[in-house]
Amino acid sequence: MAEYFNIFNQVQVEGPSEWGMDNGDGLAEERGGQPWFSKWAGFLGNAQIGPIHLGWFGVISIITGTLAINIVGINMLAQVGFSLSEFIRQLFWLALEPPSPEYGLRMPPLNDGGWYIIASFLLLISVMTWWIRSYLRAEALGMGKHVCWAFASAIWLFLVLGLFRPILMGSWAEAVPYGIFPHLDWTTAFSIRYGNLYYNPFHCLSIVFLYGSVLLFAMHAATILAVTRLGGDRELEQIVDRGTASERAALFWRWTMGFNATMEGIHRWAWWFAVLTPITGGIGILLTGTVVDNWYLWAVEHHFAPVYEGDYGYEAYSGGN
Amino acid sequence: MAFNLPPWYSQWKKDNPVSYRGPVILLVVGFTVFLSFIALMVYWSYLDPRSIQTGPRGTGMTVEKFAYERNAPIPGVADYYTEEAYAPEGDETLASEAYENVQVLGDLTEDNFNRLMLAMTEWVSPEQGCVYCHNEENLASDDVYTKIVARRMIQMTQNINENWDGHVGDVGVNCYSCHQGQNVPSNIWFKIAPGLEAAEGWGARQNLATTQTVSTSLPHDALEELLIEEAMIKVHDLEPRVPGIPGQGDLASIQDTERTYSLMNYFANSLGVNCTFCHNSRAFYDGAEVTPQWATAFIGIDMVREMNSEYLVPLQETYPPHRLGPKFGDAPKAACKTCHKGVQKPLGGLGMIADWPELVGSGAPTYE
Repeated sequence: MAEYFNIFNQVQVEGPSEWGMDNGDGLAEERGGQPWFSKWAGFLGNAQIGPIHLGWFGVISIITGTLAINIVGINMLAQVGFSLSEFIRQLFWLALEPPSPEYGLRMPPLNDGGWYIIASFLLLISVMTWWIRSYLRAEALGMGKHVCWAFASAIWLFLVLGLFRPILMGSWAEAVPYGIFPHLDWTTAFSIRYGNLYYNPFHCLSIVFLYGSVLLFAMHAATILAVTRLGGDRELEQIVDRGTASERAALFWRWTMGFNATMEGIHRWAWWFAVLTPITGGIGILLTGTVVDNWYLWAVEHHFAPVYEGDYGYEAYSGGN
Repeated sequence: MAFNLPPWYSQWKKDNPVSYRGPVILLVVGFTVFLSFIALMVYWSYLDPRSIQTGPRGTGMTVEKFAYERNAPIPGVADYYTEEAYAPEGDETLASEAYENVQVLGDLTEDNFNRLMLAMTEWVSPEQGCVYCHNEENLASDDVYTKIVARRMIQMTQNINENWDGHVGDVGVNCYSCHQGQNVPSNIWFKIAPGLEAAEGWGARQNLATTQTVSTSLPHDALEELLIEEAMIKVHDLEPRVPGIPGQGDLASIQDTERTYSLMNYFANSLGVNCTFCHNSRAFYDGAEVTPQWATAFIGIDMVREMNSEYLVPLQETYPPHRLGPKFGDAPKAACKTCHKGVQKPLGGLGMIADWPELVGSGAPTYE
């Protein structure tokens, strides 16, 4: 007998493609594209691809986003003299950098951050219109707005890094460069410049929620997969009409750690942990350089930087060799 | 005696075919995992990493080295040429009397002068010999550019040994410390910034894999700006809250921080160590949490700045074009790696002035 799993299905049930609801009042009008089936998509999720609702906000988002990415890419290409082989070779090193610090919040020349400002502006429109789209689609389907508010928490961090903090600091140079290694260099330099971000309590909180999200995701996913054969993957039914899957899942956690989330509550745990990761992280970054310039000294001032006793230098530990 | 399977067994086997696919896959996968495990164990014991503790417990201050790094021969040690000084008795002819145009080393006795000249050919031009610097027709003539450079380099060596013992200690340096048998020392550097086109400012001076940035995308003008232009290396605020806009006035920007990071990365790679060889990484700038090596390196920065600005850069006009930088035609310059060549103590701490009192300072040598 063929087996059914949530991932890597060996069987794929394929019927007529699903077009989704129509309320007879234009709900289905802007839905486009002939739906089709992909066996490979089916291995991971639903085999049906499309139809998609793009709408005006989707169109604006895709156009501005594509422009932003192209500005970044063509700038990188220009930096290596339009040599395609150099572009590929240095791709992970190249970047579109923000303006040099001397321009403050003024519009710099195009070749010293001007393109960066233009690309950032387009990216801002792209992200915001995509957010509006996620709000409107949820509303059209009569859903809660949980997805778009979660997306908004990521946008908060994005805005703190590229808009709010640079404005508060009085310099666009504080923004993050668009490049693979360069944005990692920025992250390290940001921590070093402001006296070690590990002493920033909001950075700590963000890490807690980030790792917590991972843990909750793994615990919840494992629990549901473990009771799937008892109908546990029908989570919504289990919320309103608790069956043996829920009972066993709850009992399992109560036995192992004395406490269990509920079939509904676990999703609130996960949502809040995920959402609080960028919210707390964004607060931590917003305070850096604006309110606190050296987090290590701030930690010393607030008595939570530990004192380590012992000698410095390898001579003390190797007998001078 | 022939052995025949009972007919019922053959019939049963026929009715109940068994697939061996599962067990075969299991065996192959299992065996591969087992072999990989053994291979990893062998490889790990070959790598044999060891840590050298450099700071208090709990700070993570260690330098890790694999066996092949610990056991690697130290560059230059095997081929080092040296010869003890001839103790003067008091009635020898001095080089300045014996030869014409001796502007440095004139206080040496003729024998010791020739001993040093011979050693210099071994250290710098073992293949070309004397003619690398001297006109064969007239040894006193200054018309070979390398002779002018060599004279200046002797002065630089004496200056390092005389005034920078805070960095070079009693070990000292001689020509071989950097040259190691080559006309031009390895790991010299030239200006490369701006390395990118179509951009100005910080955008043109970083984000390129170069030797000077040890293949990172950090600013590639770090050596030039910090060791020649003597820009500020320090980037931290020493108060929890400081007013001002980063990158304007004395307040370091994130870009300045990346440049300092680039220099520090060059430092660490020049010496084959890491950040925590000198710093407690939780507060890089804190003078109370650094190792004694931090102070040595700190003096080294000023030493390199002086070497470049007083000795190496002013030789610009002396060099022929093929010795100048490929991009901006600038004079070759030195930094940590020119001498250290990837090891913490150049030549493993071999005493470079032990046999060479002539190079200890600019005055007349004192022989023991």
